[in-house]
Amino acid sequence: MDWQAIWLSVRLAVSTTFILLALGLPLAYWITFSRRRWKFLVEAVVALPLVLPPTVLGFYVLLAIGPRSPAGALYERISGSILPFSFQGLLVASVLYSLPFMVQPVAAGFAAVDRRLLEASWCLGVSHLATFRRVLAPLAMPGIATGAILSFAHTMGEFGVVLMVGGNIAGVTRTVSISIYDQVQALDYAAAGETSLVLLGLSFTVLALTYALQRRIWAVWPLS
Amino acid sequence: MNSRGSAAGGRGPGLCGLLSILASMVLCAGCARPPAPAKLQIAAAADLNFAMQEIARDFHQQHPEIDLQPAFGSSGNFYAQIQNHAPFDVFLSADVDYPRKLAAQGLGVADSVFVYALGRIVVWVPAQSALDPATALKAAAVRHVAIANPQHAPYGRAAEAAMRSLGVYDSVEGKLVLGENVAQTLEFVESGAADVGIVALSLAIAPPVKDRGRYWEVPLAAYPKMEQGGMILHDSAAAREFRSWLLAPGGRATLQRYGFYLPGK
Repeated sequence: MDWQAIWLSVRLAVSTTFILLALGLPLAYWITFSRRRWKFLVEAVVALPLVLPPTVLGFYVLLAIGPRSPAGALYERISGSILPFSFQGLLVASVLYSLPFMVQPVAAGFAAVDRRLLEASWCLGVSHLATFRRVLAPLAMPGIATGAILSFAHTMGEFGVVLMVGGNIAGVTRTVSISIYDQVQALDYAAAGETSLVLLGLSFTVLALTYALQRRIWAVWPLS
Repeated sequence: MNSRGSAAGGRGPGLCGLLSILASMVLCAGCARPPAPAKLQIAAAADLNFAMQEIARDFHQQHPEIDLQPAFGSSGNFYAQIQNHAPFDVFLSADVDYPRKLAAQGLGVADSVFVYALGRIVVWVPAQSALDPATALKAAAVRHVAIANPQHAPYGRAAEAAMRSLGVYDSVEGKLVLGENVAQTLEFVESGAADVGIVALSLAIAPPVKDRGRYWEVPLAAYPKMEQGGMILHDSAAAREFRSWLLAPGGRATLQRYGFYLPGK
């Protein structure tokens, strides 16, 4: 049983979810309310990770954050280390990989909120930020919660991207899916089965808990 | 109503016509043309990727009645798939242990296990690197050393053993990054993410890689012999023909040209 890998995946998934909440909410807000003509281009870019094979995405992320790319070189000059084969590198890859899983449910949640409520709030002199915090976000909570759950779950099960940029370092980039794959490859089917069972149990518990909580959210703030 | 009736009437002969065309295609497939070449499905280790293309071409020239269909992947994956009766005719593993284990389980053709090559490893650096491949493992400037995963990749096990016997393992251990297989290990180094890697000679001298880096061959004595072995999974005249061709001078010459030592040499 590889508890180290399970713990690493949990940390990666939680960090990814929080970063995606910080990035995804403004992005989803912009996608929902912007009237720019080229908005569809942004929507298409956000949805790309749904279509691209994870290994392709991972390969390009490896090139993009490696020491030969401008971004990778800049990071190296600032921090003194390189992004590939590090937890931070995985975090960058996971945020890109799970972006649509956060942005799309949240944008759908925002779009479902009755626009008249927002306009009423604005007309009463409440700022856009306060309206977002006190009217839009509470009403769109099911969408935000769905986005957070999906991002967490998607990162927990992430394999191809991590395989391409991680380098399989124990405690740093060997996530639970990589560990299970290694155990299968080493013909240790018993250990692979045990780790998979823990992952399955953990994922089910998290999902069941969140859906249970979400029902309470709906009970407190009915949508219709 | 009327139009629907005529439409249905029109569909009947159309469907019949289609069916009869299909039926005639099925019937004629077996009779009109000369017999199609027998297809031989081969599960081949990833390090054979480049050699196999030439082997398939040469073999087909001498045996036009047999068509080789290689699939490349990790030997461990193939092992698991073959245990579950994957439809391959011949298994060319990177490690003779896998065919031996299959034979011990009563899978494949008994007594068909053969050793066809010895794998060789090299220390590889990209062409633009300032490192000398012969001393790169000891260089202080190196931050990441890529090897294949020793837990399941034969080339990873050889790399680890070689580093131990060269006395560099303790200083390198903290810098190791593990590729899923030897080809991905090369990719880690080629992308610049890792500074140096230990990969298969067969990859380092393969046409697409040859000009992109420099290598130093690790002495054979530094690591245990990497016997690449195979076996016949489904017995047929074509499979036996291929096995003996691979072990005869024609196949051996190609394998040697692509960076493998030959068994019994």
